[in-house]
Amino acid sequence: MKYFEDPRVGAIQLRLKDVREVLVFAGSKGGVGKTLISVLTSLLLSRRGFRVGLFDMDITNPTSHVTLGVDLRSVKPTEEKGVVPPEVSGVTFMSPVFYTLDRPTPLRGEYVSSALRELLSITRWPGIDVLVLDMPPGMSDELLELLTHIRRFRAMLVTTPSPMAVASSIRLAEVLSGRLEAVVLNMVTESAFGAEKLLNYAPGIPVYEVPYDSDVEYSIGYPEKLVLTRAAREVDRQVVDHVARLLRT
Amino acid sequence: MHEWALAEAITVALLKQSELRGSKSIKRLVVGLGELQAIDREIFEFALSEVLKLYGLEVREYALLSEEAEFECGACGHSWKLRELELSDEVREAIHFLPEAAYSYVKCPRCGSRDFSVVRGRGVSIVGVEY
Repeated sequence: MKYFEDPRVGAIQLRLKDVREVLVFAGSKGGVGKTLISVLTSLLLSRRGFRVGLFDMDITNPTSHVTLGVDLRSVKPTEEKGVVPPEVSGVTFMSPVFYTLDRPTPLRGEYVSSALRELLSITRWPGIDVLVLDMPPGMSDELLELLTHIRRFRAMLVTTPSPMAVASSIRLAEVLSGRLEAVVLNMVTESAFGAEKLLNYAPGIPVYEVPYDSDVEYSIGYPEKLVLTRAAREVDRQVVDHVARLLRT
Repeated sequence: MHEWALAEAITVALLKQSELRGSKSIKRLVVGLGELQAIDREIFEFALSEVLKLYGLEVREYALLSEEAEFECGACGHSWKLRELELSDEVREAIHFLPEAAYSYVKCPRCGSRDFSVVRGRGVSIVGVEY
């Protein structure tokens, strides 16, 4: 009986069944701003009155807690028929870092999958409208766990205009085909020439441009400052508007 | 108690198989409790019996099987057991919720490598079911 090999798989569906939308921010190239866009979207949706969950899917190298300025000594999940994540700046926030405590955690792929399954199968998201998943870079175990065991999700592809990032994103767009909601072109400085290739690849998919904003770096760790940056305004006007429309339909 | 969620995972898996078989009655269930996850046996037993009732599954007999945790180094081949390690309460609690968090705190006692395997005794598993 193969199903009995891992009982956590069925529990993942159970934990997510009351979540209205699962929204994945993915980008196969590192450093394109997935975490920033995930965190900003979560904070801004919460400010519009939606009940938002944010889960850092990066088991070995999570950083969304840094962006949110979470103090790991005082902020922790609680136990209640599973694990209930804490609220941070209006967002219900879960991360493997609550257990790895910012220590280096090098893992082979099978252990990455196992850790994700464990957290997804024990974490409860009561009353959440939208669960934002902040994906790590690459196309490895985390992505396969998402595709195989979460299944019901919509994706936002995050990239920069860099030809390297765009080339990488085109590959990921193929894997996410059919679930792609929009492309978020981050750190745009002048003309977003690299995005043309991506647009040709995914016709009809909206592309939202977020400008390079040096104020962002100084606002990391301070959610109240972060939501006031120029980058945040553009995320709010484009990405958050898009998600809000989805949630209202 | 987070044991409730683990018991629920076991129950959901059993339920799925029961639906396929057309019967919600199980003769014997054996659940493995890996030492690394340090599950409280009594709490888990209570949670499991409650969750089984909640889902309408009848398990006539069940057993909880403790499994000692054992590690093996991928670099030098050394094997060691959990009880040989000195871990703080804070670390033990982190590992209780996420057994893979062991990789944040444990290294091979012989060569210091972080590239090791949990050979057995990781966490909760279904060892056997008889209908």
